[in-house]
Amino acid sequence: MRRLLAACLVTLAPLAALAGDVTHFTLDNGMDVVVIEDHRAPVVTHMVWYRAGSADEEPGVSGVAHFLEHLLFKGTDTMAPGEFSATVARNGGSDNAFTSYDYTAYFQRIAADRLDLVMGMEADRMVNLRLDEADIVTERDVIIEERNQRVENSPPALYREQKSALQYLNHPYGVPVIGWRHEMAALGLGDALAYYRRYYAPNNAILVVAGDADPEEVRALAERHYGVIPANPDLPDRARPQEPPHLAERRMTFRDPRVSQPYLSRSYLAPERDSGAQERAAALTLLAELLGGGQTAVLTQKLQFERQVAVQVAAWYSGMSLDSTTFDLVVVPPPGVTLAEAEAAMDDVLTGFLETGPDAAHLARIKTQLRAQAIYERDDASSLARRYGAALAQGLTVADVQAWPEILQAVSAEDIMTAARDVLDRRRSVTGWLMAPEVTQ
Amino acid sequence: MIRLVLTLVLLAAALPARAGVEVAEITTPGELDAWLVEDHAIPFVALELRFRGGTSLDAPGARGATNLMVALLEEGAGERDARAFAQTAEELAARLGYDANDDAVSVSARFLTENRAASVDLLRDSLIAPRFDEDAIERVRAQVLAGLREAETNPRDIASREAARLIYGDHPYGSRREGTPESVAALTRDDILAAHRGALARDRVYISAVGDITAQELGALLDHLLGDLPETGAPLPPRADLTLPGGVRLVDFATPQSVALFAQPGLDRHHPDFFAAFILNHILGGGGFESRLMTEVREKRGLTYGVYSYIADRDAAEIWTGSVASANDRMADAIAVIRAEWARLRDAGVTAEELENAKTYLTGAYPLRFDGNGTIASIAVGMQMDGLPTDYIARRNDMVNAVTLDEINRVAREWLDTEALTFVVVGQPEGLENTVN
Repeated sequence: MRRLLAACLVTLAPLAALAGDVTHFTLDNGMDVVVIEDHRAPVVTHMVWYRAGSADEEPGVSGVAHFLEHLLFKGTDTMAPGEFSATVARNGGSDNAFTSYDYTAYFQRIAADRLDLVMGMEADRMVNLRLDEADIVTERDVIIEERNQRVENSPPALYREQKSALQYLNHPYGVPVIGWRHEMAALGLGDALAYYRRYYAPNNAILVVAGDADPEEVRALAERHYGVIPANPDLPDRARPQEPPHLAERRMTFRDPRVSQPYLSRSYLAPERDSGAQERAAALTLLAELLGGGQTAVLTQKLQFERQVAVQVAAWYSGMSLDSTTFDLVVVPPPGVTLAEAEAAMDDVLTGFLETGPDAAHLARIKTQLRAQAIYERDDASSLARRYGAALAQGLTVADVQAWPEILQAVSAEDIMTAARDVLDRRRSVTGWLMAPEVTQ
Repeated sequence: MIRLVLTLVLLAAALPARAGVEVAEITTPGELDAWLVEDHAIPFVALELRFRGGTSLDAPGARGATNLMVALLEEGAGERDARAFAQTAEELAARLGYDANDDAVSVSARFLTENRAASVDLLRDSLIAPRFDEDAIERVRAQVLAGLREAETNPRDIASREAARLIYGDHPYGSRREGTPESVAALTRDDILAAHRGALARDRVYISAVGDITAQELGALLDHLLGDLPETGAPLPPRADLTLPGGVRLVDFATPQSVALFAQPGLDRHHPDFFAAFILNHILGGGGFESRLMTEVREKRGLTYGVYSYIADRDAAEIWTGSVASANDRMADAIAVIRAEWARLRDAGVTAEELENAKTYLTGAYPLRFDGNGTIASIAVGMQMDGLPTDYIARRNDMVNAVTLDEINRVAREWLDTEALTFVVVGQPEGLENTVN
């Protein structure tokens, strides 16, 4: 459909006007602080992010970053095990934490007048953790059950784990965040404490407060609670083993009797967003939208609507990563279409796209939606908090985050084609098939 | 840490008692009732519609029709085919979401103020004039079938399906709302048209809007949006009879970790014991790391990553239910601990401290929910579905605080029912026998 509804087109205000309520400063000990103001409700999200994730682990102790995350809910010198969460709950708040390749983050959501309380407790466990062998043994069982639930019980999760290991020839992104099972089972107190002492320090942390908070009050509280903790002078440089040139396409077939709906996916090694240089990542973000972002996307239209060789397709790219990331495609065929046929059709469409390039109206629609997103996302301060925290933990700055929407708008069709030709190179790719044991197709 | 403890006591006395949300009840010129929270801080509106009935309205022999119908609402409407509809939604940057569950069809919309009229026109087409084109039906049918295939070998889906079948039998709650591969394959366009007529009607719609809109604008918007829907829809389903014989229903499935769902009879939110039961459940297994089930099953014994319980208050039945997952060689232990906790809570009740902690959590957390247009709109429409008045928001914490230790422990004795507590376990758990046929 070529007809443009001129009357309906979104004509939004300049994006810069929307990004005004974010304040950033750094404490004397090196801890970054970001305050995102939203005074509509008397609630704050308080987060501390460490620039340390699973990709910062030593070889042989995979899962220790995540294990330590669990152990931070045990006691400190002055708090009993479980007292942290119980105290948050008694004050009407909720708390949790998460670990990824590049960061570990802890957060509480609580009434705005309780910020002092949670900040005091979070600062306490940054340096005063107290663990014993009993904590270790029980909690190790918990993370193994977590792995059972998330991975062992899910063929798609096992498949993705094997596929990442193939994607990265040298970088620790090939090791699962939760850890390889045999290494998790051997994690000990010393492993957890070594990781804690190396990485948990104010000069390796980012504080994000979002919601009904005043930046000057946050500064005063942060100086009192976090500012008194000395920086760790021995904090190591964040240099992980990097990828060598990829010279050979890789393929895998993962079979599991629990697979009743086969699918294929392909990932290509791709560059990440870098501070001051986000343009290529912006082009790849738009490329993913063009190929698989919604009903009018190219792969969706060709494979689902026209050729009917897919019941579902997806294209995925996020440049939020400290080191090289991936550009991903997924195709789920209906019965009667083999994975080989679906893959051939997918490659057909990619080849065609690389020849013709994007439809101008389609690209304009995507940019319109990205602009509108800047309005809708203001409704959710917690999600903005996650965005800033992740960015700062992954080598970006507040300025990079705020420049990103305009960088996306400035991407041209030519930029996208240049990025597409560069990234969609089979030599840097892994293609996987997930299927049941018997070859029935 | 003396300083901290003192701070806590002071702060606990000053917990915010009430949510500061002002809800206006409006009636449109066309006599539709709606709740509105005006907030002009961000130039968009969140609109939530719920049509009572949902997938439980499926006609006999047409299981899955409502689910398929709802999935097709955005696949072509009015003059636009599926592609044109999606293209227009993208141009408007309108976010339209359609969903169906056992009790309701849900429509969640977000529109920018600057093109609200065009966005509402598009939404209206999808509700009043969906096309149900044959090619769209086949495409979406294939997606539903793919989802059903996937669910056939997912232990959690298998557990949900088997638990529903056991507990609710022939009632619509007893089968998957998406239908079976056979029933979905057999659905005709006429089944879908009938499902549309039956599910989307004015006599069962609940409406809330939050954001950048006035009462007058909302009134006109709603009359235009919904005025041409049929006045009445299909009759609502009857009450469901519960089958909860106690014991274990074992479903053999080769996977390393067993998944269990458990249930006993529950109670309606309008029952006089509801608030006491609600607090009791919070102490038993209602989220957070402090519940008794999390403490006993996870924190002390490491038998699971997560164990939860909740009171599922649905339109046609109420159960007190929950779930746990443990490795095959540990599931029997996990179930034994859950059973023991159920009995301990029934027999010995909660302590005064547990009750107090639960109250401060529940009353402190409640106002924090109202933190965005989207969340407030969703809460407001849910309250209407539950038959709650607008001033419930201001009174709810008082009702939590009014529950006494005697009352909650009486409710524990009267409601917690280890005889009826039934486990559906999917996996190959060691040391567990099937006791339910």
